[in-house]
Amino acid sequence: MTVTEERPPTPEEEHEAIEILWEEAPGTPGFFASVDHKRIGMRYIYTAFIFFFIAGIQALLLRAQLTSPDSQVMGPQTYNQMFTMHGTTMIFLFNTPVLAGFGNYLLPLQLGTRDMAFPRLNAFSYWVFILAAIFMYSSYLVGRPPAGGWFAYVPLTNREYSPGVNMDFWGLGVTFVGISTTVGAVNFIVTIFKMRAPGMTLNRMPIFVWSILAMAVMVIFAVPALTVGTVLLEADRLFGTQFYDPSGGGNPLLYQHLFWFWGHPEVYILFVPAAGMVATVIPVFARRRLAGYKWVAASLVAISFISFGVWVHHMFATGLPALAMSFFSAASLIIAIPSGILFFCLIATIWRGEVEWTVPFLFALGWFLIFLLGGITGVMVSVMPFDWQAHDSYFIVAHFHYVLNGAVVFPIFGALYYWLPKMTGRMLDEKLGKVSFWIMFVGFNLAFFPMHVLGLLGMPRRIYTYSSGLGWDTLNIVITAGSFMFGLGTLLTLINFLNSKFRGQPAGGNPWNADGLEWSTPTSPPPECNFESIPVAAGRHPLWDSEKLEEAESGTDEATKSMGPSGALNRQTPILSGLQSGPEETMEIPEPTYTPFVLALGIAVIFLGLLIQAALVGVLGLVVAAIGITTWLWRTESDLQ
Amino acid sequence: MTRARCRALAGVAVGIVLLAACSKASPNALEPKGPDARSIADVAWLMFAMATAVYVVVAGFIIVGALRGAKASRISDNAFIWVGGLFAPIAILAILAVVTVKTTDSLRTPDPNPLKIEATGFQYWWAVEYPDEKVTTANEIRVPAGRPVEIGLHSKDVIHSFWVPELAGKVDMVPGQRNVIRFTADKPGEYRGQCAEFCGLQHAKMAFLVVAEEPGDYERWVIRQQRPRSGPSSEREAAGEQVFMRSSCAGCHAVRGTEAQGTLGPDLSDFGSRRTIGAVAVPNTRGHLAGWIENSQSIKPGNLMPPVQLEPDELLNLIEYLEGLS
Amino acid sequence: MTTVEEASRATENEIAEAPRSKPGRSTAWWGMAVLIMTEGTIFASLLSSYFFLQAASKEWPLGGIEAPELSKISLMTIVLLGSSAPMFWAEHGIRKGQVWRLKAGLIMVILMGTSFFAFLSLYEYPELTFGMRDNAYASIFYMTTSLHGAHVVIGLLMLGVVLIKTFQGKFTAERHVTVEVVGMYWHFVDAVWIFVFSSLYLSAHLK
Ligand code: HEA
Ligand code: HEA
Ligand code: HEC
Ligand code: CUA
Ligand SMILES: [Cu+2]
Repeated sequence: MTVTEERPPTPEEEHEAIEILWEEAPGTPGFFASVDHKRIGMRYIYTAFIFFFIAGIQALLLRAQLTSPDSQVMGPQTYNQMFTMHGTTMIFLFNTPVLAGFGNYLLPLQLGTRDMAFPRLNAFSYWVFILAAIFMYSSYLVGRPPAGGWFAYVPLTNREYSPGVNMDFWGLGVTFVGISTTVGAVNFIVTIFKMRAPGMTLNRMPIFVWSILAMAVMVIFAVPALTVGTVLLEADRLFGTQFYDPSGGGNPLLYQHLFWFWGHPEVYILFVPAAGMVATVIPVFARRRLAGYKWVAASLVAISFISFGVWVHHMFATGLPALAMSFFSAASLIIAIPSGILFFCLIATIWRGEVEWTVPFLFALGWFLIFLLGGITGVMVSVMPFDWQAHDSYFIVAHFHYVLNGAVVFPIFGALYYWLPKMTGRMLDEKLGKVSFWIMFVGFNLAFFPMHVLGLLGMPRRIYTYSSGLGWDTLNIVITAGSFMFGLGTLLTLINFLNSKFRGQPAGGNPWNADGLEWSTPTSPPPECNFESIPVAAGRHPLWDSEKLEEAESGTDEATKSMGPSGALNRQTPILSGLQSGPEETMEIPEPTYTPFVLALGIAVIFLGLLIQAALVGVLGLVVAAIGITTWLWRTESDLQ
Repeated sequence: MTRARCRALAGVAVGIVLLAACSKASPNALEPKGPDARSIADVAWLMFAMATAVYVVVAGFIIVGALRGAKASRISDNAFIWVGGLFAPIAILAILAVVTVKTTDSLRTPDPNPLKIEATGFQYWWAVEYPDEKVTTANEIRVPAGRPVEIGLHSKDVIHSFWVPELAGKVDMVPGQRNVIRFTADKPGEYRGQCAEFCGLQHAKMAFLVVAEEPGDYERWVIRQQRPRSGPSSEREAAGEQVFMRSSCAGCHAVRGTEAQGTLGPDLSDFGSRRTIGAVAVPNTRGHLAGWIENSQSIKPGNLMPPVQLEPDELLNLIEYLEGLS
Repeated sequence: MTTVEEASRATENEIAEAPRSKPGRSTAWWGMAVLIMTEGTIFASLLSSYFFLQAASKEWPLGGIEAPELSKISLMTIVLLGSSAPMFWAEHGIRKGQVWRLKAGLIMVILMGTSFFAFLSLYEYPELTFGMRDNAYASIFYMTTSLHGAHVVIGLLMLGVVLIKTFQGKFTAERHVTVEVVGMYWHFVDAVWIFVFSSLYLSAHLK
């Protein structure tokens, strides 16, 4: 009588079963095997921030040296290594990966699905990133950090002028980390096209998703140029080829073209997702729908297209024909138009909104005021004659810190205050956040505004010292003071974060009363499977559009069977038909596995072999990588079919 | 935002730049000393004015927008997007495009009958040649005031960049390629130039001077350089010359009319009249010269001249000799 | 509760013009497509570098090197490009469930691809009168051809795996994404060769 066979499980039981199923192995083994996008996203963010602080300390040391003329804090060698590693770290090991981290964490949640399209590839790209970072930083362990500047122009970086293994750490490391960025981008693109919730057409996608899409497309077409540039560099260095050596018919400018064909899109690869964050935060705290949604999406896409046509503006002083350069000058000017549209859509949103002065909003406001100036100086330097004065002077250092440090780092800090509650389940302190913001904002402008003036006063960049009597002394003191102030501001946010980990207010599901699907999960952090039932996106602001979010139910056919909790129970998630938004198929989410780590490790060993020029080590790496690939392919059956 | 406040803000912004522009000693791009730098400075001032206006207007909208609350407004979303995002930028950019093309054109147009010079960048110093006059010097470029100058730029090792902010914009020196820079110095004076492309350890101390002189003075200098050398004028100088030729110096340096024809270091034929040592690292004084010869590495660590061991009296004679070169 | 059908219907109205319900491509297909774009850009960068170096040189090839000989490589080009045909044929076959066509086609492709690679590495390379260190022309020639060669090898390895799986009977009319994806990659390797061949071999003879 009591024997109930085949009773359908109650929702509670189902819920529990799902939790058990998605739980990952604890401890070290689980750590190396995880393929969960949230875990990987967090790892990306934490790791990247460690590098932010490392590179920040390097920056402060640079400033310490430059505070006064003829100062002796460090010698030329150390200084050159320091700014090289500062720039390289900020670009490759902080900015790019931290945005990838947010993308990883947020994309499946914002799109309403249970994981990325290729979860194992996702784990792989993180492992490549961290191993490449360790690779580059091991240069400090052996006392040979690179000193060629973050764009490593040849011939200075050729074997002849940079003997020793220093530059190889850079050339190989950058090539290595490019793998991570590229596979990450593949994953983003496919996820965006194939993994959206039912109802989420392209023109309902959250703006942040649009920005990640634009970013990923730029990565796909830009990173190869960098890879070719650094591979040819390393071939010259390690194997004696002559790509860049004029005495052998090579051409140093070839490197510059290759580098900047990536380098310019790269700065928008950083800027566009950051702008996407701002465009997400502004409507939430202006309590108003984003004005001109289509314009914003279109301008992000337009920026990513135009970004491929402007690279020569970094080479105005190399003596190219004036006519050719005018073209690039004009193209650079044109980029101001989509940026302007983006700007005014956000202004329009704020204009009739009722602003709630939260910390994320403050950082978005900081973005406005700083990026506006950085963008305007960008337009100024794209006017060729002016650039002939400004190029390679502190005016440029000012421009790119306004955009990189201002238009990218400020939104990232805003994003921390905005999304960390979802990620950790605890709020950050608003008061401390505001103090941190204002110190950062004032410190920032003190640190970087005077650099414009310094540049026009003739101070070139990348000089480890200067003599007094050139009128540069006072401004440099102000700059250093501002830098430390800015650093202090960032520390306050770090403290805020640590504090919230232990004492923060619980965040609940949707503390900001925000609009996106990521806030629809009942708890923070979200359940391991994200959504027990896949949500239905009925509009651009799903949580604002209707009182209660609709949830899909499992159907019976291949396309819809994983929509409801039964999908979560089977570690499945639905797949869409490309550009449309109807479900089409079901994907199995792979189990935790070590193969991504093994493959990444194999590649690292290959690079190590190249670095120390030991064929045997290289072969060992190939073997490990082969093992990784084979096991990977062997187990690919299920999710490929 | 009221008109007055706009003006005040613009005034402050421009004021900061002006204040900086006033510090006399700097190689200031905004205090041009020749027509080429002046036309760039004009562009710069035009853009500063436009930039200030754009900044104030746009930032004004942001701040006012954030503070005004959810009131109704006569400005529609579309008006913002079309006017602010499209029409206004296009108008401004059109102006800038015209300015770019015009200025570029005028800067790139060769002057009639310029003084021709060839300059070559080496790791941390500059070789200077006057091909028509057949004069060679280093680290100091003498030019007649008022006459257009056209300098061919070369490099023997890595990329350097030739930048004299008061006279012109910068042009890179790329190995395997000859670039050209043009400028005219209005008045006699010394204009500091510096290498602007990172070129290694001592990129920071790779500077030079453009010395513009009255045309007569310049002519006299040229003639003096063309005259065959008249030998040492004192015993100590003669002894110094001996030291110079016997020790390693002659292997790297050239002195006109002697057997010293090295090309690894700067030509020293007119060293005595140079204002500085080591590409503007230190002033050309006796003490610094002694220090430089004994161990230039302590003055300019990482430069490519090795320390030279000399007896005290040898050193004195050598200095005497070097100071006599002019 | 809104059902999925309702939601997607609402969506459909908005994008009514969009072609509907032709079964979409798998995630693997998309992944491969994007990967191919990025790989294609690598080759585009290398070939641009080739033409850049050429444009900056007074003579080309540099240093008195003869432009590479055409007749044999043209023949091998036909073999490599031709290998796309059996690949198409095999793919069509498995779509209809004809496993034998897949087997036969794959074997053809692998044979043709292998002979191309064998020719390149055993005949073409040893015949060359210059080494990659000689000058920039030699360097870019070796870099581009060997990178393409590496792609051929990777393609062949993947085809080999597919062939093994075919013999294991893993592919059916419904389940053959791997075949499709590896096939795409192989077509890409072929297509890229057209550009490499025209740039490195044909264009060097145009004077
Ligand atoms: C996030 C990074 C980022 C961003 C967003 C930008 C944005 C822009 N940048 Fe910048 N740039 C860098 C990062 C970035 N840059 C870096 C790192 C370097 C130096 C690398 C190195 O040498 O180390 C560099 C260098 C650099 C140079 C080379 C300078 C030199 O070395 O000599 C140039 C030249 O054209 C340039 C131009 C521009 C332009 C036109 C924009 C535009 O996109 C800006 C557009 C935005 C606006 C204009 C503001 C909003 C618009 C409006 C409100 C409309 C109204 C405005 C107007 C009509 C003016 N940048
Ligand atoms: C995202 C990119 C990014 C970011 C965020 C920064 C941030 C900073 N940068 Fe950097 N920078 C670059 C990218 C970036 N930079 C690049 C690409 C270059 C070119 C490199 C090259 O030429 O090759 C460059 C070059 C560069 C130079 C020029 C060097 C030269 O040409 O000689 C300078 C000089 O002032 C500088 C300064 C700073 C400062 C002060 C910060 C500050 O924002 C840093 C803030 C500090 C911290 C975040 C540290 C946190 C604080 C602590 C750990 C404790 C401190 C303690 C107290 C205050 C009590 N940077
Ligand atoms: C191995 C080559 C080498 C030798 C030997 C050498 N020099 Fe030099 N010398 C250089 C180089 C290179 C520079 C430029 C250094 C710089 O400014 O970066 C230089 C600079 C100088 C300068 C400064 C020139 C200027 O205009 O700034 C003087 C003076 C000088 N050397 C004198 C000497 C004397 C005297 C000796 C011998 C006792 C000597 N050198 C030996 C390579 C050499
Ligand atoms: Cu020469 Cu910097
Ligand atoms: Cu750029």
